[in-house]
Amino acid sequence: MRPFEYASPATVQEAIDLLGPTWNDAELLAGGTDLLSLMKDDVVAPKRVVSLRRITSLKRIEVTPTVVRIGALVTMEELTQAPEVAAKFPSLVIAAGGVTSPQIRHHGTVGGDLCQRPRCWYFRAGYGILATGADGQPLVPRGDNRYHAIFPEGNAYYVCPSSLAPALAALEASVVLQSPEGERRVPVEEFYRIPRTNEEREYVRQPREVLVAVEIPNTGLKNATYEIRQRQLLDWPLATASVALRVDGGKVVSARVFLGHVAPRPYRATAAEATLMGAPLDEERIAAAARAAVQGARPLSGNQYKVQLAATAVKRALSSLI
Amino acid sequence: MDGQKHDRRAGPPRRGFTRRAFLKGSGAVAAATALVPGSRAEAQETGPKIYGPGPVPIRLRVNGEDREVKVEPRVTLLDALRNHLNLTGAKKVCDRGTCGACTVLVDGAPTYACSMLAIDAQGREIETVEALGPDHPMVQAFVEHDALQCGFCTPGFVVACTAFALRNPNCTVEDVNRALGGNICRCGTYAGIREAVVEAARKLKGGANA
Repeated sequence: MRPFEYASPATVQEAIDLLGPTWNDAELLAGGTDLLSLMKDDVVAPKRVVSLRRITSLKRIEVTPTVVRIGALVTMEELTQAPEVAAKFPSLVIAAGGVTSPQIRHHGTVGGDLCQRPRCWYFRAGYGILATGADGQPLVPRGDNRYHAIFPEGNAYYVCPSSLAPALAALEASVVLQSPEGERRVPVEEFYRIPRTNEEREYVRQPREVLVAVEIPNTGLKNATYEIRQRQLLDWPLATASVALRVDGGKVVSARVFLGHVAPRPYRATAAEATLMGAPLDEERIAAAARAAVQGARPLSGNQYKVQLAATAVKRALSSLI
Repeated sequence: MDGQKHDRRAGPPRRGFTRRAFLKGSGAVAAATALVPGSRAEAQETGPKIYGPGPVPIRLRVNGEDREVKVEPRVTLLDALRNHLNLTGAKKVCDRGTCGACTVLVDGAPTYACSMLAIDAQGREIETVEALGPDHPMVQAFVEHDALQCGFCTPGFVVACTAFALRNPNCTVEDVNRALGGNICRCGTYAGIREAVVEAARKLKGGANA
């Protein structure tokens, strides 16, 4: 790990004042479960690390009639234990509980889960987020791509590693970002973007912004997440599906279906949503939606198996709502 | 380039020259060199203090005692424990928060000591495997159930298992299976570990009530 300065501010404002205009100036430290590994591997090398741990305002879960606001420093363990979250958003609790290492659950935070960097081994080995070879061409399609995207975008073949993002996106949640210019809200669905260069980040948060909370509207949608993993413990899932829908008069009147770990962002399966709309949520319709969810998948040489897994995840997430 | 690289290259112990003494010595040299650029803390007028990148004095509460060490902000809690406080029970294996061999308790929660900065662990209650001692019910249960083979993962397992057992006194083997997702044993002693945890959990509960 390269040397860096350390500061531990007591307020978000103080933290923002310690950040710089580029990612090399400063990184935010929450649970440290990802940042320290990235620094040890020299994937990021900030001049300063700003620890958020003293900022108590980021550790709260607040419930109002219209919204549940979860502070960025709420840990995955706290999220799984919060009755106010479990009652309304089982989808989120399943996703948080899927982080199966108690050590990670006790220190990994909601903000850290959303801002963790992709697990793509080319990225982690120093080839950049777009994993570019010496010839300027992407390495993933011609390399070992068994865990990569089946819905790549441009030259981005990594998958979004966040456990919570698909569930939050399905629930129409937003992240709250605070910067010197003030506060802004970005739907989780739009929080991730495709970097144009290896220097850009894969999310819209800027170097001087702090992700302070996520806000989930209290819309009363039925919701569920289903994760498929190779090993039961410790690893990231291979494919997940998060669904949120409203059923009225025996028919689905609104549906949001997001896939995780199959694309550089949480992948919105619009064809699956269209399949569900206006029909009863039955076995036949669920099977059709699962097939529709993976329409247009463009698997690579080593990850064809993920197409079936993603479809199955959709089927099982929806089936759990019947 | 940090301490771990030297560690791997240090090679086998030589006569009159233990590996640990070598590490301590080389650490002192590194610290002395790094002191030259010094801390920029003095330059700052307002806002929270900025520490480092050179060594800074920090205070850690470890096993009920306040301990002072001088480390760079980049030093992990694990390296501070092992290389500065001579608490070598927590092991450095993957150093990436994956294997669990470095598990300690921080404010009662199982923690990868490799994934926490020492400077960030100030003001928290840190407990290492050394605090448990040979008579601890979990340690005893590990012995009785043959829950180790090479033993390198064992300190991390014992700490993680103790954290879990204290919260789940009536756990079953299935509960333990899921609860120990943060530790890996490459010898495959899981069967013994599961039984050890279930038994120790009941004893720990009895101990707490007594």
